[in-house]
Amino acid sequence: MTTPLLEVRGLEMHFPVKEGLLLRSRIFNRAVDGVSLQIKPGETLGLVGESGCGKSTLGRCIARLYQPTAGSIVFNGRDITRLKPRELRPLRQDIQMVFQDPMESLNARHTVGDILEEPFIVQRLHSPAERRQRVAELLNIVGLPARSASRYPFEFSGGQRQRIGIARAIALNPKLIICDEPVSALDVSIQSQILNLLIELQQEFGLSYLFIAHDLAVVKHVSDRVAVMYLGKIIETADSDTIYRAARHPYTKSLIEAIPVPDPHRKISRQVLSGDVPSPINPPHGCAFHPRCPEAQDQCRQKAPTLQALSEGHWGSCHLIYPPV
Amino acid sequence: MALLEVAQLATEFATDEGVVRAVDDVSFDVEAGATVGIVGESGCGKSVTALSIMRLLPQPAGRIAGGSIRFQDHDLTTLSLPEMGQIRGRKIGMVFQEPMTALNPVHTIGRQLTEGMLLHKACGPRDVLRAAANLLDRVGIPSPDIRLGEYPHQLSGGMRQRVVIAMALSCRPDLLIADEPTTALDVTIQAQILELIKDLQAEMGMAVVMITHDLGVIAETCDQVVVMYAGKVAECGSVFDIFDRPAHPYTRGLLDSIPRLDTIPKSRLGVIEGMVPGLLDLPAGCRFENRCPFVVPACGEQAPSLAQIEGQHSVACSRWQQL
Ligand SMILES: Nc1ncnc2c1ncn2[C@@H]1O[C@H](COP(=O)(O)OP(=O)(O)OP(=O)(O)O)[C@@H](O)[C@H]1O
Ligand SMILES: Nc1ncnc2c1ncn2[C@@H]1O[C@H](COP(=O)(O)OP(=O)(O)OP(=O)(O)O)[C@@H](O)[C@H]1O
Ligand SMILES: [Mg+2]
Ligand SMILES: [Mg+2]
Repeated sequence: MTTPLLEVRGLEMHFPVKEGLLLRSRIFNRAVDGVSLQIKPGETLGLVGESGCGKSTLGRCIARLYQPTAGSIVFNGRDITRLKPRELRPLRQDIQMVFQDPMESLNARHTVGDILEEPFIVQRLHSPAERRQRVAELLNIVGLPARSASRYPFEFSGGQRQRIGIARAIALNPKLIICDEPVSALDVSIQSQILNLLIELQQEFGLSYLFIAHDLAVVKHVSDRVAVMYLGKIIETADSDTIYRAARHPYTKSLIEAIPVPDPHRKISRQVLSGDVPSPINPPHGCAFHPRCPEAQDQCRQKAPTLQALSEGHWGSCHLIYPPV
Repeated sequence: MALLEVAQLATEFATDEGVVRAVDDVSFDVEAGATVGIVGESGCGKSVTALSIMRLLPQPAGRIAGGSIRFQDHDLTTLSLPEMGQIRGRKIGMVFQEPMTALNPVHTIGRQLTEGMLLHKACGPRDVLRAAANLLDRVGIPSPDIRLGEYPHQLSGGMRQRVVIAMALSCRPDLLIADEPTTALDVTIQAQILELIKDLQAEMGMAVVMITHDLGVIAETCDQVVVMYAGKVAECGSVFDIFDRPAHPYTRGLLDSIPRLDTIPKSRLGVIEGMVPGLLDLPAGCRFENRCPFVVPACGEQAPSLAQIEGQHSVACSRWQQL
């Protein structure tokens, strides 16, 4: 068995909530609430779930943009959970992020060349001439003309800006890239270019991805394994084929059933999941999914389920799907 | 005669750099009770088409520069604003791309919902609150009586979109124009909203114009499809024509570029190289020319007009017979 590149155990990110005049709040938003996961070298783990379930927060904890409130993150054999800002600098070489809106993450007043040189300057790598050489190589890898270096982000289309974001992310030869909705803002015709690029880069450089996205067909396409999140917890995980073909958790099943299929011959009648995602500030008792679950029973209202092995590599968190003991 | 007949519609905007024609020679019909989808890349003119029909173009920059929009017995392009006000809301309801812009943050849901109903005399002042609560119940909002007294920011995104749909439907319109009604929502909530629109459509017999960039949503909800590219209609036909027999290279490219659940994982997806031309520097010939894998020199000379393939299936490509 290959040792994982990333091993997350019992991770929690509880944001304090300030309410009204009670300045010292004792209320927390349990955005990430006990997540464990692994990513192997060269592997893509897809992360799906409804808006607000904690996907971005989890990604930011792993990239150590946030200091998690509990749990551990072991990266490449080293515990990085509590590294101080100064100790984080070398880590930034190995873990990078790509965001949904590249414009927000690219400094609008810098040229593309400056933006791509910056990681080398921060890490004190290469001479100025070598850096410019690397920038040209990076632009070439992501399919942008070399003259892009002297232009500004606003001069590029959304898809081209995402290429710039990806070029910056791969500049320091990272091992893991956290892709947070990298294609959600792009048109379908541009989306496929970026997905192809991410897959090629993975094959060429042996990158691992944590791939966060709303579009489940996109996630299936790029992922080796998929983790489904609900209200701060992972409720099912398996290899992607199993998740889409043989999901066990009622939430995963309804999520997959809800995907609109681009085939007019398949007039499906689906059981539509009712209700909204509950608040992570005041989650329901027992299983957090029970108020929306079509199969909920008494025990689901009383006792919170835990993630348990259902079969080789397939884990689920639901009282109704555990194998008999 | 169809319920809505858009013919050779042209819509222009005055900008600092000159006049741009965002919608150019767009024609399509919507039969009573049917669902017509409009699909295409960002900026191709979907919302401007919808706003032209509603006569809600941003003023003074936008204007309808040509063509006609026949709805029932009227040409909407020539109606006076008060006459149009009678049609808007009562006969044609619209759900906007961004639900927050359609809701006034300082008024309660109840006030916003009843306003239109009272204005169009859909019901009298005594019954209006009950009718509004019924409507919220109908669009799947729990405890509607309480919600009537709440403000938009107190609702989730999915619930807001339901309220917007309830408002659009409050006077039982004959036509609903839904501009990306589910784009900002999760798939689970999207499924709820699409199901809701379908149910209400069956119940009220209204027609729907569904604007989306999601081919899955198109396949699931539409009878007819209009594929737009850079302000023009590239192809139109039944949903089966478009998905089974796409004729325009752009439509084919779109269908090839989406990953499906049965696509081989990590295989190369189809791409459409290049970018949409800007409205200020449109080519003289076909607007898809710079991205088209089947381009020949003649494509750059003259813009192709929409040619009938069979029945309602038409395409704007001079090479469709050879491809
Ligand atoms: N910096 C922060 N401070 C306080 N609360 C936060 C912060 N970031 C996120 N949250 C809260 O944590 C929860 C999870 O948010 P997160 O952005 O991780 O969700 P998500 O799954 O990425 O959603 P989306 O699909 O909409 O991007 C939400 O309730 C959110 O309001
Ligand atoms: N007020 C305006 N002034 C100038 N140009 C405008 C104005 N509104 C829209 N346009 C232009 O009209 C074109 C069509 O815009 P429209 O909003 O219809 O696109 P769309 O197809 O709805 O795209 P999206 O999928 O992003 O919603 C765009 O090129 C846009 O820049
Ligand atoms: Mg997020
Ligand atoms: Mg639009």
